Amino acid sequence: MTSDIAAILGIDGIATGAVYALVAIGTVLIFTVTRVIFIPFGDIAAFTALTLAALDAKRFPGTGSLVVVLACLATLIEILSLLRAGELRLLPRALLFYLVLPLAVVGAAWLTMRIEPPLVVRLVLALMLITPIAPLLDRIVFRPIADGSVLLLLTVSVALHYALVGLGLLFFGPEGVRTEPLTSFSTEFAGVLVSGQTMLIVIAALLFSGLLYLFFDFTLVGKSLRATAVNRTGSRLMGIRPARAGTIAYLLGSLMAGVSGILIAPVNTVFYDSGFLIGLKAFVGAIVGGMTSYPGAAIGAVGVGILESFASFESSALKDVIVFSLLIPILIWRSLASLHSEEEIEE
Amino acid sequence: MTSMFSMTDVTVCYDNVEAVRNVSLSVEEGQIVTVIGPNGAGKTTLLMAAIGLLAARGRMVFQGNDIGKISVEDRVERRLCLVPEKRELFSDMSVADNLLLGSYSLRDRSGVQKTLEEVYDRFPRLKERQRQAAGTLSGGERQMLALGRALMAKPKLLMLDEPSLGLAPLIVREIFRTIASLRDLGVSILLVEQNARAALETADYGYVLETGEVVQSGPAKDLIHDPRLITAYLGGH
Repeated sequence: MTSDIAAILGIDGIATGAVYALVAIGTVLIFTVTRVIFIPFGDIAAFTALTLAALDAKRFPGTGSLVVVLACLATLIEILSLLRAGELRLLPRALLFYLVLPLAVVGAAWLTMRIEPPLVVRLVLALMLITPIAPLLDRIVFRPIADGSVLLLLTVSVALHYALVGLGLLFFGPEGVRTEPLTSFSTEFAGVLVSGQTMLIVIAALLFSGLLYLFFDFTLVGKSLRATAVNRTGSRLMGIRPARAGTIAYLLGSLMAGVSGILIAPVNTVFYDSGFLIGLKAFVGAIVGGMTSYPGAAIGAVGVGILESFASFESSALKDVIVFSLLIPILIWRSLASLHSEEEIEE
Repeated sequence: MTSMFSMTDVTVCYDNVEAVRNVSLSVEEGQIVTVIGPNGAGKTTLLMAAIGLLAARGRMVFQGNDIGKISVEDRVERRLCLVPEKRELFSDMSVADNLLLGSYSLRDRSGVQKTLEEVYDRFPRLKERQRQAAGTLSGGERQMLALGRALMAKPKLLMLDEPSLGLAPLIVREIFRTIASLRDLGVSILLVEQNARAALETADYGYVLETGEVVQSGPAKDLIHDPRLITAYLGGH
């Protein structure tokens, strides 16, 4: 391998890793706040790419119908739960969040499609259509079992992933899509041609990570999410509602997965079931960060991207095997590290 | 004086075991009430039920409203606050962030900075360590932070679970001085404590809880001279 090829693979790996990093950060965010390892996260990223492709082709995406069905179900469940708790005074707020806002988003997308909107508007529409899916799934599926074990939540999460993959096939068909690049700009860096799309991916990953950092460190809502992640009982005693913190975490996480889907769509062909591998590779990155550290998850995800890039050069057929084999030494290292800290606590 | 908080015939069960049985107590406005008793008497369980972390049978009234069915978060919004035995601090977050989160339930945020300054005046050590992670504080400082964080919510009733647990005698005295001084802020206090002498010296009224039931109650100044309590809890002969 020459240094030129290594540089190309390195840049390609960083770009892929940056996409994984966005999903990995979202995975950590949702896990720390809700204890759910949200496997369908990659599906959310893939669905965004497919939704954008449908909008590009002037087709109303099936994700719009999904949001309508989920909004109706979530509203019904919320009304029943408020009735049981005798808290009907909260009904207007519930209707606004679970019914009016999601339906308004779908309605706006449906109406905007009539006027053949420019690319920027289509990007926003794709993100808006995707963002409510995970919070609505949280209300319908996870909140009733929020006190269950992590294993139960994980099992349900896996089942949900398979359900979404099935729906993806129904909505988007078996063909893959590749959307237009967001920019045709390219430049030479250290003797290697770098596309504008690659630069955009890295900039977007840095920008969203930076915004997330500012959100967590400088806003009360961000701090309340961190508090819920650190100590659930303590946060409840401060009046922080875990369910609301969970909804915010799902919203933010979905937005990040959606952005990563939009960024990856012009680079890789995305199929209805591509999300699983995106999510799983981001998950490997998140495990590097111990499922709790955002910088750790981001670094881990970029590492996965670079490893994948070099592995695909050496042996394209074995690239996934090589990436997932990375889990074994990481898990051994993490288990040794956690044993060490338990010993320290006992001391 | 009017009743700030009352429990009537409250029973709390773990599975089928009654940890607290038909307990009735009342805290008047501006009063410090203590619940003393041996380990395992159900004191912590009682406070957990009062804040809503444990389900309970019976009636609980706070400022004239039945709060038995409402969530923990709604109770906190009504300014009923608990400083739990384990403190439940946000160990990875700074002292300042812990205090700020104490004010999370306040809708009117205009006075938060002023309350923060008041907490720092009351606990200067916390101001010195405001940028330090809560997990790195000493036991006494953690208790101060837990108290300060609860005060940030401007509580009407503050429930304290074993505030002296695991602290050095000097720090215990400081903590109880602080608790007594909270009376001046108009905060009513329900204090659960194993250190019966310190609790009764600070409180206006006391209840004795044994195996989940109230076995004795009365003004704290009377209980502190009660021969049975002196023998059982106050280290006398």
